[in-house]
Amino acid sequence: MIVSSLFFWIVFVLTALTAIFAAIMVITRRNPIHSAMFLVLNFLCIAVLYLLLNAQFIAIIQVMIYAGAIMMLVIFVIMLLSVEEEHRTYRIQPSPSKVIGIIVAAILFAQLIYGVAFRVLPGEIGEFTPEKIDQLGHIKTIAGLLFTRFLFPFEVASILLLVGIIGAVILSKKER
Amino acid sequence: MLSSVPPFYYFLVSALIFIIGAIGVLVRRNAIVIFMCIEMMLSAVNLSFIAASHYLNSLDGVLMVFFVMTVAAAEAAVGLAILVLLYRGRGTIKADEINLLKW
Repeated sequence: MIVSSLFFWIVFVLTALTAIFAAIMVITRRNPIHSAMFLVLNFLCIAVLYLLLNAQFIAIIQVMIYAGAIMMLVIFVIMLLSVEEEHRTYRIQPSPSKVIGIIVAAILFAQLIYGVAFRVLPGEIGEFTPEKIDQLGHIKTIAGLLFTRFLFPFEVASILLLVGIIGAVILSKKER
Repeated sequence: MLSSVPPFYYFLVSALIFIIGAIGVLVRRNAIVIFMCIEMMLSAVNLSFIAASHYLNSLDGVLMVFFVMTVAAAEAAVGLAILVLLYRGRGTIKADEINLLKW
């Protein structure tokens, strides 16, 4: 039990540090392609964290949809638009809007940490213990919920995707 | 309990990535990088959903993440189409220069 606990800690710390490092690299690289590659690394690290949290289905979906489909689209658009690198401004004083933005973000971070650190986790304990999920299988349990209790949001999600497809087609069509 | 890492650390990582994404949205000028930062923020929120649902023995968070990913996919399609349209019309995607709606 000690060994498995130690394994969880080591994997968690390594993956979390890599994810945060990749996130910082995303917002500091000048070339958008480099940002996109580090974002893929960030998504893969978060997928490993999902595996640690016993959510295999979501981990696979994360790799397929986020790291695969969405990032492929983003890189495709970057290549298509031939975006030039941002010119770094060599000013001694950073612009006031950036300073204000970072201060506001730091305040938001303090609020988030206050919200989770000094309160017990609210919400009621559910019925899906890991043993019960393992008994039926993770994907089967999720599918059972998706087609019974969450059927209406599921249908709305399909309509949302349809709207997205139509919107993308209409927006990118050339006017004549 | 299978995982021995307390939920607070997952929330900490999630909050850190969310804030880094928020700083990126506020600081960067390239619209595609801003878009990527928004995706990063969505994914960070998903991490805290999964952590909470794991420690509460519930699957509601997992289903919620499923729907958030649907919204993210639709958003990616429409958002990137808007960026392509902007580039075609104005020749730039710098957020500073797209200011027609400002007053």
